[in-house]
Amino acid sequence: MAAVEGKAWCFGDNVDTDQIIPAERLVSTNLDHLNDFIFEKVRPGFGPQVKKGDILVAGRNFGCGSSREHAPLSLIEAGFSCIIAESFARIFYRNSMNIGLLLVECKVDASEGDKISVDTEKGVVRNETTGKEFTFQKYPPFIGELVKCGGLVNMVKEGKL
Amino acid sequence: MGKTIAEKIFSEKSGTDAKAGQIVIADVDYVMVNDVTGPIAFREYDKIGTDKMFKDRMVLIPDHYVPNKDVASAEQAKEMRQFAKKHDIKNYYEVGKGGVCHQLMVEQGFAAPGRLIVGADSHTCTYGGINAFSTGIGSTEAAVAFATGHLWFKVPETIKVELTGKFREDIGGKDLIIKIITDIGVDGANYKAFEFHGPGVANISVSDRLTVSNMAIEAGGKAGIFPCDDLTREYIKDTVKGDYKAVDADPDANYCRVLKYDLSKIESMVAFPHLPSNGHPVKETDVRIDQAYLGSCTNGRIEDMRAAAKIVKGRHVHPDVRFLVVPASQKVYRQMLDEGLMQIFLDAGAFISGPTCGACLGGYMGILAAGERAVSSTNRNFIGRMGDKASEVYLAGPQVVAASAIAGKIVTPDQLEGC
Repeated sequence: MAAVEGKAWCFGDNVDTDQIIPAERLVSTNLDHLNDFIFEKVRPGFGPQVKKGDILVAGRNFGCGSSREHAPLSLIEAGFSCIIAESFARIFYRNSMNIGLLLVECKVDASEGDKISVDTEKGVVRNETTGKEFTFQKYPPFIGELVKCGGLVNMVKEGKL
Repeated sequence: MGKTIAEKIFSEKSGTDAKAGQIVIADVDYVMVNDVTGPIAFREYDKIGTDKMFKDRMVLIPDHYVPNKDVASAEQAKEMRQFAKKHDIKNYYEVGKGGVCHQLMVEQGFAAPGRLIVGADSHTCTYGGINAFSTGIGSTEAAVAFATGHLWFKVPETIKVELTGKFREDIGGKDLIIKIITDIGVDGANYKAFEFHGPGVANISVSDRLTVSNMAIEAGGKAGIFPCDDLTREYIKDTVKGDYKAVDADPDANYCRVLKYDLSKIESMVAFPHLPSNGHPVKETDVRIDQAYLGSCTNGRIEDMRAAAKIVKGRHVHPDVRFLVVPASQKVYRQMLDEGLMQIFLDAGAFISGPTCGACLGGYMGILAAGERAVSSTNRNFIGRMGDKASEVYLAGPQVVAASAIAGKIVTPDQLEGC
């Protein structure tokens, strides 16, 4: 299980996958530089501002819309160590867990730039800037194993699926 | 306690006594990828490093950016073509023999009652319209299904939708699903499945059911499943591959929520930007448009084309509007020719293309400039979905799209008097 710490970037409810990465960028020749296009229609120039380890904090239904794996891939490439949201859209949740992007379902009070730490073992998010703590439900055993393996492909390679 | 359709299908496919909330490993009947999601799946498959491949269960359909819109999409489509050749995948549908993936999955008989089908495209939930449990997955999962024939699933809770009555003229599945999404919100069914029941179901055509199921995902739904009835069996009888076993829910199945709709009270609906839940009765709106788009996996079937042609016949597209008509498959295209619908659309001044996902997702063939508005029979109206971030998409059914193309503003067919 993971413990991560990083600076918060804040988003609202219903952030869809077209916002995360627009459909016109979904060609295989872009796969090694998806970060160039992340949030380009709603927050131009966002990608390069993210530092490795930063944490995205959002509201309800983060990642709604398409099944494009380019969305979690671009967030990994941007450097995010974890996405915290009040809730995640189902396919985005699966995609992220399957490729090793850490998601935490938790309602968190944070402002942009706050320092956030996450302990998945304890099930606690802490806003280090404000001192507030928020608890979340631990992963079901299967999802925990998936996270431990580092994704679905590794799980298959280890003969666990 | 009895079981929902989802619980029954997952029990059957996992060999367990599956109940909502459990995680099961279940065999999939088919796994589909398209030209956008396929290339990542092919790379992930190679990473698994196995010789095993469940080829007969794999369906590869280029549709998003084909015919190739530029060099990058040409390379991507080539990657799929080469993968199909290299591994001798029979179920590959080249340009000229195919169309929009979900249309093909039904038309070619892969989708059938009782089957568990996954696809690396969120609108895979479409086949619930013919009693399948089908759902969108990612590319990595598709690769794992290629290699193992199975996947992990959380068995969803189910929302029961009880339907009574019959749609009034020129109102259909799109109006119903926009109304449902507007009522429960874009995450109202997140992690959940819908089941549609009640005497109203028999009054909904299979084409309209497919439209409703297609947009289950726009409420966050994992699936939207109709029972199998005579209409279903008739719809698939000439095309379905292999045997199938219809699944119905037990009378004492457990539902997390019950919704009720009288179909005769559903009005023509339009969903305003930038969420499918921003639905309004068309008659309460006043929106001028630059483009009308008829097509997509949601409403690109022959029944949609007929419904629109009936309205367009003998009329002319408004001078300020581009009316794009995009049949969802070669088969639909041919049927339009055979039935004289092409003539009707051409006479009216519409542009007709071959089958492609095209502009639905902002790919090509009808991209919007800043400030432009489209009324569209597609499924999403997110920011910049069909083009510039300052363009707007209004979602509606084929009848409203056709009427709006004539009027130059979003209207219902009965508001067209004198046009």
